[in-house]
Amino acid sequence: MIVANRKPFEEIMEMLKSYTKILLLGCKECVTVCSVGGTKEVEVLASEIRLARAKEGLPVEIKEYTLERQCDPEYAAEIKSFVNDYDVVMSMACGCGVQTVAEMYHNKYVVPGVNTTFFGSSEEQGVWKEMCQGCGNCVLDKTLGLCPVARCAKSLFNGPCGGSQPGGACEINKDIPCVWQLIVQKMKDMNMLDKYMEIQPMKNWSTSRDGGPRKRVREDLKI
Amino acid sequence: MDNFEPQIVAFCCEYCGYAAADLAGSMRLSYPANVKIVKIPCTGRVDIVFMMKAFENGADGVYLVGCLEGNCHFLTGNLKARKRMEYVKKLLDECGIGGERVAMYNMSSAQGQRFAEVAREMTEKIKALGPNPAKQRTAVSG
Repeated sequence: MIVANRKPFEEIMEMLKSYTKILLLGCKECVTVCSVGGTKEVEVLASEIRLARAKEGLPVEIKEYTLERQCDPEYAAEIKSFVNDYDVVMSMACGCGVQTVAEMYHNKYVVPGVNTTFFGSSEEQGVWKEMCQGCGNCVLDKTLGLCPVARCAKSLFNGPCGGSQPGGACEINKDIPCVWQLIVQKMKDMNMLDKYMEIQPMKNWSTSRDGGPRKRVREDLKI
Repeated sequence: MDNFEPQIVAFCCEYCGYAAADLAGSMRLSYPANVKIVKIPCTGRVDIVFMMKAFENGADGVYLVGCLEGNCHFLTGNLKARKRMEYVKKLLDECGIGGERVAMYNMSSAQGQRFAEVAREMTEKIKALGPNPAKQRTAVSG
């Protein structure tokens, strides 16, 4: 899922400072799974904002609403009937959601409540880690399901480097495992070390964000 | 403020916290009337939002009373409750209400005395902190 962190409260209050009527918009997909922008988190943030405003003696009216997704216009359209009752929309979705809503409601001020960070998965309950960088040319078949682009600090394709630590950590941070040690270990466990001997050429990064903003089209699905 | 009487909500678990409260009553122990008891099956039922909403609705202090750690009727409910209470402390500090207004206590159902003691302790603490800064300021206090 796309993982995000809630923005610091002071930053949120600063963005909302001149507004009385606020629409706080959650999303039931990725930000719900990583517990930062779903129905529950919208409820909690709304409560915090009300308390902070009440403390200042300033009025506030917050509508809490959570969409199925904010990245599909069909869902963003759900708020059409009431969006104009509010002065500002704070979206708790990832950047995709914030922008889809902002695009649909051209004259509405739509602001982000979270900082979108990475594509990741759950390591354990309450812990999410970066797993994928969206490089556009997946090599997970060559590394037995461990991504060297996202999980190696240097995105090496023929690792490990000299900084790979005994005990399995990456030299940049003792809490980050060296993914190349994990890859080689898995190859050993599965008796597939011949894959390690295939030297990978320089990666063509043009399929990644490095090649500019990307688009995907399925002509057969277009109406 | 000499005549400030705090409104305090105590979420008490059915198996220990509420039983201790009940025992305090049977023993005719005195504790401040500022404490309003809400019975819940387990402190693990307490959601972050319950605590936040209590403050939104004018509570000056909130505390949880659960079983002794290791003795939760539902095994780990009280441990989860403590983590949620710590998170609410952080949220209250963020929005300026003050994390000191929320707390959690553990006791057994036999500790009627302790229940009364905790009720007195929290009432004193919240009295010293003053009213919930988010409360509407009116001419009449308490």
